Order: sequence, then C-alpha cells, then structure tokens
Amino acid sequence: MSDAVDLNQPSREPAQPHPLPVGSAGERSGGWWGCLTLIATEGSLFGYLIFSYLYLVSQTPQHWPPEGLPKLGLGIANTAILLSSSVFVWLCERCVRRARLRWAVASMALGVVLGCAFMGIQLIEWRAHPYGLSTHLYGSLYFTITGFHMAHVAVGIVVLLFLLLWTALGYFDEQRCAALTIGGLYWHFVDVVWLFIFSTLYLTPYLFREWS
Amino acid sequence: MDHKTIGLRYLVTAFLFLLMGGVEALIMRVQLARPNATVLTPEQYNQLFTMHGVTMIFLYALPVLSGFSNYLWPLVLGSRDMAFPRLNALSYWIFLFAGIFLYASFPTGQAPDAGWFNYAPLSGLEYSTGPNIDVYALGMVLLGISTTVGSMNFVVTLLRMRAPGMSLDRVPVLVWGTLTASAGNLLAVPSVSLAFFLLWMDRRIGTHFFDVLNGGRPLLWQHLFWIFAHPWVYAVVLPAMGIVSDALPVFCRRPLVGYGPVALATVATMAIGFVVWIHHMFATGIPALALSFFGAASMVIAIPSAVATFAWIATIWTGRPVFRVPFLFFAGFVFLFVVGGVSGVLTAAVPFDWQLTDTYFVVAHLHYVLLGINVFPVIGGIYFWFPKFTGKMMSERLGKLGFWVLFVGFNVAFFPMHIAGLLGMPRRIYTYPAEMGWNTANLITSLGSFLFAAGVLIFLIDVLVSLKRGKPAGDNPWDAPTLEWSMSSPPPPYNFAVVPWLASRHPLWEGRIDEPGITVPMRSQLDEGYLLAQGREALGTTALEANPDVILKMPGDSYAPFWLAAFATLVFAGLALGAWIFAGAMLAGCAVSIVVWLWPERALIQREPVAVRDAGG
Repeated sequence: MSDAVDLNQPSREPAQPHPLPVGSAGERSGGWWGCLTLIATEGSLFGYLIFSYLYLVSQTPQHWPPEGLPKLGLGIANTAILLSSSVFVWLCERCVRRARLRWAVASMALGVVLGCAFMGIQLIEWRAHPYGLSTHLYGSLYFTITGFHMAHVAVGIVVLLFLLLWTALGYFDEQRCAALTIGGLYWHFVDVVWLFIFSTLYLTPYLFREWS
Repeated sequence: MDHKTIGLRYLVTAFLFLLMGGVEALIMRVQLARPNATVLTPEQYNQLFTMHGVTMIFLYALPVLSGFSNYLWPLVLGSRDMAFPRLNALSYWIFLFAGIFLYASFPTGQAPDAGWFNYAPLSGLEYSTGPNIDVYALGMVLLGISTTVGSMNFVVTLLRMRAPGMSLDRVPVLVWGTLTASAGNLLAVPSVSLAFFLLWMDRRIGTHFFDVLNGGRPLLWQHLFWIFAHPWVYAVVLPAMGIVSDALPVFCRRPLVGYGPVALATVATMAIGFVVWIHHMFATGIPALALSFFGAASMVIAIPSAVATFAWIATIWTGRPVFRVPFLFFAGFVFLFVVGGVSGVLTAAVPFDWQLTDTYFVVAHLHYVLLGINVFPVIGGIYFWFPKFTGKMMSERLGKLGFWVLFVGFNVAFFPMHIAGLLGMPRRIYTYPAEMGWNTANLITSLGSFLFAAGVLIFLIDVLVSLKRGKPAGDNPWDAPTLEWSMSSPPPPYNFAVVPWLASRHPLWEGRIDEPGITVPMRSQLDEGYLLAQGREALGTTALEANPDVILKMPGDSYAPFWLAAFATLVFAGLALGAWIFAGAMLAGCAVSIVVWLWPERALIQREPVAVRDAGG
C-alpha cells in the first residue's frame, strides 16, 4: 500500500484508483487496534497490582509470606496448561484460513477445555490455602491479584466460546476472520499476564528469602 | 451516534457540572468571607469542598475537552467519524451516569467528604462509616471506564482515520494535545481505579491494603492516587493548550511559530508528568534521594511549558493581531499560565513546598493553572467554534465585556489566596478566628469570586442570545486555515462528501503562505478524492504517513451502548447498596449487551456472506 500516495512525487494524482480491502480486514480492522489499546490499559492495571504487591512487601515488617513459601509444583503445571491453550487458539485461526473447519472447531474447543482446566486447578489451589481474602495482608494481595486474573480468564473463556460458536456456524473464512484474530490476541494477553503474576506471587518470595 | 451530537452533549453536560461546582464554590466563599461564620457546618463544608473538587476536576475539566475533541477531531482530520462511533456513545452515557452516581448521595447530606484526593486512613471505615466514601470510590471506577473507552477511541482515531496526506507532522496541535492526554489516560486511569477499588474492598470486604494494624500502608493510597492524578493534571490542560495553539494563530494572521517544538513539548510534558507524582508527597517522610529526584523532575517540566509559552508570545509578536473576543481569551490564558507556572516552579522546590504544602498558596496555584489553562481556552474555544457548531456568530460586545469581568474577577479572587497561603492559612478549614490576619485576603477573594461568577453569567447569556438571534456565520468567519472551516456551518452529518487529500498543515491558506522545505507547489485537494458512497463507509489510513490502507464499514445506530452503560451503572449501584445478587444480575446484563454489540454482522463484512463449509481432510 505504501505506493498509493507518494508525497515526494507531487505530479502523481492523489486519489488514483487503487483497490483497497473493504471492511473488517484482520490487522487493518479498527477492532485490532482497539484491542491493542485495551491491552495497553489492562496491562497497566496489572502493572499497578504488581506494584502494590511489591511496595507492600518492601514495607512490611511481617514474616513473608506468613504461611511459608508457596508450593510451586501445581502452579508450574497450571502455567503450562494455560500457555498451551494459547497454541490451540492460534491453531484454530490457521485452520480456518485453510478452510479446515472441523479441525478449527476441535482446536478451539481444546483451547476452551484447557482454559477451564486452568480455572479448576486455580480454584483447588484457592481452597487449599488456610487463609482467605480478609485474614491478613498477604491473603488480601494474593486473592485480589489472582482474582483479577481469574476474572480475565473467565471473560476470555466466554470470548473463546463465542468464537467457537461462530466458527462452527461457518461465519469465518480465510479473508473474514478478524474476530478470531482479535479474540485470540486478547487470550494471548491474558496468558502472558499470568507469567508476570506467577513470577511475582510464586517466584519472588524465594528471591526475597535469600536476601533477608 | 454522530460524533458531532455526542461532542455537543459532552460540552453541555460538562458545563452544567461546571455551574454546579461553581455554585458550591460560591457557597464556600460566603462561609469564608469573614471569620467565625456559621453559614455552613463543618460537615457540610467538607462535603462541599470535596464535591467542588470532584466536579471540577473529573466531571468538568476533562469531559469538556472531550466534547471539543469529539466534535472537532473528525472535522480537522478530514474523516467521516471517529474510529468507534458506538464506543463514543458508550463513553458519553457512562460519563453522564457516573456524574449522577457521584451526586446520588448529595441530597441526603452524605456526599463524599474526604477531599478529592481522599487520603486513607481518613477515608477508611474507621473514620468514615457512612456511604459517603463508597459512593465516591465506586463512582470513580465507573467514571474511569468512560475515560478509558473515550481515550481508546481517540488513540485509534488518530492512528487510523486521518485524511490521506495528513501525515503526523500535519495534524493540528489540538490533536497532539488530546492524543497525548488519551495515551496518558490509558496508562494512568487504571492506577486510580485500582486504588478506589482496593479502598472499597478494605471498607466493605475486609481486606487490609491501607490498614496499618495489619501491615497495610496508607501511603500506598497516595502513591496510586498521584501516579494517576499528576498525569491527569496534564490531561486536562494539554488539549486546552492545543486549542490555543490552533486558534491563537488565526487571530495573529500567521501560522504558529514553532509547530514542531510545540508538538514535542506537548508529548514531553506528559512523559515527564509520569515521573513527578512524588511532588505531591514531599511532606510524607520520603527518603532524601527520592525528594531530590522528583523535585528536579518537577522543575524540568518548566522547560516544555516555556517552549510552548514562548511559541505563543512569538506568534503574537510577529503576527498582526486581530483583537476579537477569542484572541482576548487566548492572550489572557498566556498571562495566567505564566503566573500559575511560576508558582508551580516555586512549589517544586522541596524546602519551599514543606513550608507551603496544605496552605492556600497551593490552592491559588492550582486554580491559576486549572482555570487559567482550562476555563479560559475553553470559553475562548467556544467563541471561536460557536459559528461552526451553530452557524451563528456570538456577540463581540457581550464577549468583550464578559472577558474583562472574568479576567478581573479571576485575579481579584485568586491572587489574594497566594498571600493568605504565605500568611499560613491552611486549606480545607471551614472557618478561622478573627485575629489570624487573614480577614482582608479572604474578603477580597470572596468578592472576586462573585465577580468571576458574574462573568460566567454574561458568557451564558451571550450563548443563549446568540443561539436565538446571532448573525449568520458563513463557512469560515475567521478566515481560518484548517479543514473544519472548509464545510458548511453547521457541518453535514457525513462531514466530507469527498475524502480530502492534504498537502500541508494549512489547506485553506495555501497560496498565501508556503511551508518551508517544499519547493514544488503542491495543493491540497478538497473536491477530488475517494467518494466512498456505498453505505456508511470511511477511509482507514496508515498510522504515520496516512496513506490509504483500508475502506472501513461504519456501524449504524444501536441501543447496545446505552444498555451497556445503564447495566454497568446498576452494577455499581448494586455494589454500593450491598445487593450482591442484583449486582450479579446486572453484570449478566452487561455481558448480554456486549454480545449483542459485537455479534459479527454481514453489513460490516465481519463474516462471510455464505456459511463456510469444511474443505475436507
């Protein structure tokens, strides 16, 4: 497209007949850009949550975390599950672009299942903790931060379910699948944010333990 | 759904809030006019100064600028609408509902009462058991949604919806200002929304973020609040400075001196604005190293501000000024900006700030900068664009009278506050004893505030009279250079029948002035270009160079934004009342609205015309 209007060659007609794509065209669509701004502002939100956690940790006289170091095994497995779901969401769009509708539906369904598995395991972890939201400062931070993320995962799963439905109904082909691109982008964002939360909540206590 | 209608609604609503905040201020000035007055009880006074601050800063200052930008952006950018017309409607409805929400507890005498920055632990449950703070906290989260979606719309509109040829170095300064403010908001608003949400959880759920007894830290509140609120201060002034940078040169009959430096100064102010929040917290016992850094950063802000100021002065100096009403307001703004800027540099010095923090000196400073940089350009901007909005001119005579009453009233009201502050008068006291030596300064301030209010009244009368019987304006009454003046007044719903093609910053002044560096004579094309006549269409262009990239299908009218805003407001009402099931049901209502909104439509070419079948394999 870069040759449509060349500012250094004034002799050219400004509005030459040049076929432009029409409508909601992938990364040229308004929705893609809108989703990027949404990610910027939501990313900041999680940034401020992590800032609050680190600020309060740096100021606290308490033994941290009060109930001992977090267990890593289940958390790491859950992280792997969430990240793998991103792969299948990505795969769904690839299949749609090649008109492999059944594979696309299967792939997206698997992505949804993995997302639900993440939420289930997270709920098991929540239940295993001896403390709650209002027990102490660490509990407030832990449940608020993971709660915010869980809410985003839940919204993401609903988005994926609708994408699954629309894919199954045959709404999308290789040209018209901006919704898949945009919804997938949001899901990848939710997954990447988890890496930061996991590092902050599960890994940094080990780091701080060595310093103190 | 038309951006012009939404823009005007924003302007009118924001002005109504300005009047409410103004009446609150006048009642306070009656109370403070003389010592030991008993017009108000301390509780009433607390609620009034809190609601005055909240109203002016959150419900007037930014929304009024969003109104200008919503109306003007597509016109000055050569576009048919904003990037997301329905999101635009959502932003307005939530703003309106959040404003009503914040005022909901006012009639029962339980309005927010801990100051607009609402420090913990005063705002905690221990010291404030009523619904006052809950309303403020939840209302601010709701308002944050409006600000955020509005900002997203501005950012994407700038990146995608400019007319071909309008590269980034050709957009008006107003666009730079709003773009910078919007980008800042996207990064800063989550901070305050989170702070208010955590505070509400501390109060109603029993968490411990600001609770000292359980290891929480009240200073976390101040950090989160000011990380947001300092960039916000620039968000409410930069677009207004943009108005001046665009409109002042029209009355100097020359282009703005130093377009590039002014645009860069705008962005630089916001960028530095993100690392100065601690200067609101100098007196909180923060380590000396942090004080030095943030003090120095605060002083650095003076540099981009001075760049812009000298650009305006040079524009007036080297131009041929025409002393119409908008010129008076813009020139008055430059003067007030200098006064407010100087007192700002003074308080950036840490020892001086220790002396003056929480005194009337700070109150004087913030009113000079906020009224000086926001209200004067806004009123000047309305005089300037009123002909475009309505097709009618406003009165020169009433306008000049109004300007001088406002200008004199403003200085009589706010200058003595500096002196009261230097004499040690603390802010937020509901009365004072007679022997403190503050009587004269306060009396003069109160008189000046009523003079200022009279000026606002004259302006409003002028607006109403001109609406009825103003002289017809024509397309371009000021002989201005930018695209919005190339069309009829008021503009048609589709703005541009033909998508224009830009070759310079001043498409309507081409031939009279020439930009340096362009040797080949190039002219903008306003009557030849893309026609885009198949339904609602708009042209998407590339982010930097504004080359045509895609033809966008624009959505039609829809009720989804209104319902989403209504359900969102009810969610917060449910949370405020502790009606959890109701809040959950309303949240489901939000979800349904969003699904209806985003369902892929054939008309927008978001899905295939014929259902796709599997290719096999």
